[in-house]
Amino acid sequence: MSHHIVEIQDLHYTYPDGTPALRGISLRITHGESLAIIGANGAGKSTLLRHLNGCLIPEAGTIRVGGFPLTKKTLQQVRRTVGMVFQDPDDQLFMPLVRDDVAFGPLNLGLPPEEVEERVQQALATVGAAHLTNRPPYRLSAGEKRSVAIASVLSMDPSILVMDEPSSHLDPRARRQLIELLKSFRHTKIIATHDLDMALDLCSRTAVLRDGRVAADGPTLEILQDEALLEASRLEKPLRLQGCPLCNARQNRDAG
Amino acid sequence: MGNRRHAPLAPVVLDQVFMPKIESSLFDLSYFDTLSGLDTPIHRLDPRVKVVTTMLFIVAVMSFDKYETSGLVPFVLYPVALLAVGNLPLGYLLSKVLLAAPFVFFVGIFNPFFDRAILVHLGPVGISGGWISFASILIRFILTVSAALLLVASTGIHGVCQALDKLGFPRSFTVQLLFLYRYLFVLVDEASRMTRARALRSFGTRGTGLQVVGHMIGQLLLRTLDRAQRIHAAMLCRGFDGEIRQFRPLKIRSGDILFAVGWLAAFLFMRIYDVPQWLGKLATGLVP
Repeated sequence: MSHHIVEIQDLHYTYPDGTPALRGISLRITHGESLAIIGANGAGKSTLLRHLNGCLIPEAGTIRVGGFPLTKKTLQQVRRTVGMVFQDPDDQLFMPLVRDDVAFGPLNLGLPPEEVEERVQQALATVGAAHLTNRPPYRLSAGEKRSVAIASVLSMDPSILVMDEPSSHLDPRARRQLIELLKSFRHTKIIATHDLDMALDLCSRTAVLRDGRVAADGPTLEILQDEALLEASRLEKPLRLQGCPLCNARQNRDAG
Repeated sequence: MGNRRHAPLAPVVLDQVFMPKIESSLFDLSYFDTLSGLDTPIHRLDPRVKVVTTMLFIVAVMSFDKYETSGLVPFVLYPVALLAVGNLPLGYLLSKVLLAAPFVFFVGIFNPFFDRAILVHLGPVGISGGWISFASILIRFILTVSAALLLVASTGIHGVCQALDKLGFPRSFTVQLLFLYRYLFVLVDEASRMTRARALRSFGTRGTGLQVVGHMIGQLLLRTLDRAQRIHAAMLCRGFDGEIRQFRPLKIRSGDILFAVGWLAAFLFMRIYDVPQWLGKLATGLVP
């Protein structure tokens, strides 16, 4: 299906205070692909994501989502297609109860109440949070909040999922559960993260951003083994690809 | 996913040293959500009916003459009935009523000094109009505030907002109220983290001056503005167009109408007839 392609061409953006954030980004993400966007703090990851469903308007360059160029006219259509999970779940869960929050998107799409109810139940069941339906969001744990935030996007049935640091603030078990959950999704996924081990688990492709430009773009395993590239981008090999400290010490001792 | 077990919010002893008041009273405040989740005949009533009845109650109580005291007493029937049928904890709600008491105390405390005309003689002691109007203010305060608290405890903030919205209150007002309640907890959390950070690095009175507090409040405002922008973006992403839609359908049943009409009749009766005086006359009539 060609209509879920995301195409970014020569995207530029400067913040109102004069800080240049993006200086010519071009990326093409095809249907069903899962792309990790990695880079140092301030490399432009979040700024790029915010362009993908029109939270920011490009200064120069174009974005096409599903064949439509992203403009004021197509904004609503694009926002239906692109589900955005924010970095801080507290920003995303603004309604008094979990169910209201998950229902927020579908109700705005103008769906009938029965269908909304069904979508809410289904989305919460998918992320394993059906038991939280009638809880106020501020009383949930970080892992629960994250699950509900994802459900609140799933209920709109998007075909592209965009996520900003989905594994931050999670304990190891919750992080693992999140990874398994995301693995089970068939959506096109675009994930900005510092969690390179997660990128290795989830994404077949990785783009490295450096100073608002794409420094590298290719298969995750290749990118994450390129030590020179990672070093220049203020990154490090994922822990799993680094040698075991015990074995290294033993080897050094034997050699010495 | 996510861990199912949710640890109760246990205040840490250290925290109580640094953030003794606001934080703990906020945890306390979220207890209203637990209360509003109960299932009693009062909780099952339509939120609109409860809002309207509470408003009528408040209007009836406030409409009395400023020297009225005995006529107000029968109105205590309404909060007591709600408390009993709604299975709500008296002690907790009383402590919340007391929280607002100092304000009212200072509103009324000057009356006895300005209004010294003796109105009532209790044996040899003359009681001035000021003291009577002060007592009247206190009784009204206890009645109205407890009725409002009972409304929230039995309906929940979201129920009250939904009812106000359905009753035709300006939408910008109800949405503001909803967001105020939702983000109060986030804001207090942020403020308490800042206060703790300051407490850990200020020794004695140094670092706790007004200037620092000013900076902290400014910082908090900036953070809040940032957050507001992010929330707005999150809302836009999910198709927000200025209207908050909720899908809990409200339905007025015969029990709801009975509740409203019954209490309206009771309020009118208590407003028109001075029940205590009537009872007193009855008693003195019997004992010649």
